[in-house]
Amino acid sequence: MNGMHDLGGMHGFGPVDPEPNEPVFHHEWERRAFALNLATGFLGRWNIDMGRYARELMPGPEYLTTSYYEHWLYGLEQLLVEKGLVTTEEMRTLRPTAPAPGDLRVLRPDDVPRRLRAVRAARMEGDVPAKFKAGDEVVARNINPTGHTRLPRYARGKRGVVDRDHGVFIYPDAHAAGLGKQPQHCYSVRFTARELWGADALTRDAIYIDCFEPYLTPA
Amino acid sequence: MTRIVQSLYPVSSGLTDKDDSLSAMSDHHHGHDHDHEHEHDDRPGPHGAPLTDVQLRVRALESLLVDKGLVDPKALDTLIDAYETKVGPRNGARVVAKAWVDPAFKQRLLADSTAAIAELGYIGRQGEDMVVLENTPKVHNVVVCTLCSCYPWPVLGLPPVWYKSGPYRARTVIDPRGVLREFGVDVPDGVEVRVWDSTAELRYLVLPERPKGTEGMTEEQLAELVTRDAMIGVAQVKAPAR
Repeated sequence: MNGMHDLGGMHGFGPVDPEPNEPVFHHEWERRAFALNLATGFLGRWNIDMGRYARELMPGPEYLTTSYYEHWLYGLEQLLVEKGLVTTEEMRTLRPTAPAPGDLRVLRPDDVPRRLRAVRAARMEGDVPAKFKAGDEVVARNINPTGHTRLPRYARGKRGVVDRDHGVFIYPDAHAAGLGKQPQHCYSVRFTARELWGADALTRDAIYIDCFEPYLTPA
Repeated sequence: MTRIVQSLYPVSSGLTDKDDSLSAMSDHHHGHDHDHEHEHDDRPGPHGAPLTDVQLRVRALESLLVDKGLVDPKALDTLIDAYETKVGPRNGARVVAKAWVDPAFKQRLLADSTAAIAELGYIGRQGEDMVVLENTPKVHNVVVCTLCSCYPWPVLGLPPVWYKSGPYRARTVIDPRGVLREFGVDVPDGVEVRVWDSTAELRYLVLPERPKGTEGMTEEQLAELVTRDAMIGVAQVKAPAR
């Protein structure tokens, strides 16, 4: 979706403002919001792409004026209701009235090290033919889906060159919509700064974007 | 009731008043007076600051989920402890230092980053598919996630606020040299800047150049020099002052 999250290339945000000796969390509520997201994610009722999409659905004006973990909190509240773990009424009152589904495996402290060290996530095994190879010239499609996508607006319609084929991965656009994994090759595509930003950009600089095969057409 | 303000705008952390956020948006010279003493603990303190909306919401949501049997609060504590005390940029620094002193490891690291990093035990969530980018005298790499905040957790821990913020996500792809200058890195015109936008499930780690004047140092000493920012690509590693 053309949401407020898709920030690449925008002006008007001011300078980057690094904080010396920054703590991992700034507030106790951030610790809890972070951990609640991970712990409920491990219940398996949604995937990471659904998680990202839920955050993207936060209304634009609110997205800009809230912090990162508030985005996480917003997404979590949407998913808990949408996936049937919490009722709308419970979310409104924040008081339990309905039992949780009985078949859930709740994350326990002893499970944490194993769950955090799991090495399988989005990469898929299997024989999926690749349409492109390193060196191929491609054009990023001009798509404007209202669902989740990982093709940023600033790359759409632009020409690039495939730098490498990362292999086969879950296709987030489908996965976020509950349409299965639909494995696709994911390529690193090199776009010159001039192609993306015009004649004022330095000729030598480039932006590499990870593009799933359906985002690309032959140039 | 005030609202926590640590928004996508470049405001100082710890501000909790709306007026402060508005003035901070127009005042880019508020400096680095981020003060950890101003961490607003969510428990009402001796100064009796009222809880903000978001503090109340998170607290109420956690008790709802605990009451419903959906989360175990002790598992939350374990998750927080893992990312607050066990995982962080020291891990990545060890990878970099080893690559500097061990050419065979460096070769493996560039050929199959995930497997080489796993040799040091750094695996798992948000680092399942790693790509290491080598800085050279001709190429400077810098990593961003314009769409959210993708970041290699097993080697760098959780991302800093600036990495997740609007200014960094918006500008790094269109004005990388300007962003780098703000971090004190002036990339000469003859050096190519490569920006890597983490739009999929690959996670990027920059292998910075080893600074001159570190020839006699041990791997452990070298690891001490490597900063988080250098592994994102917004800093260079400096030799210790003599």
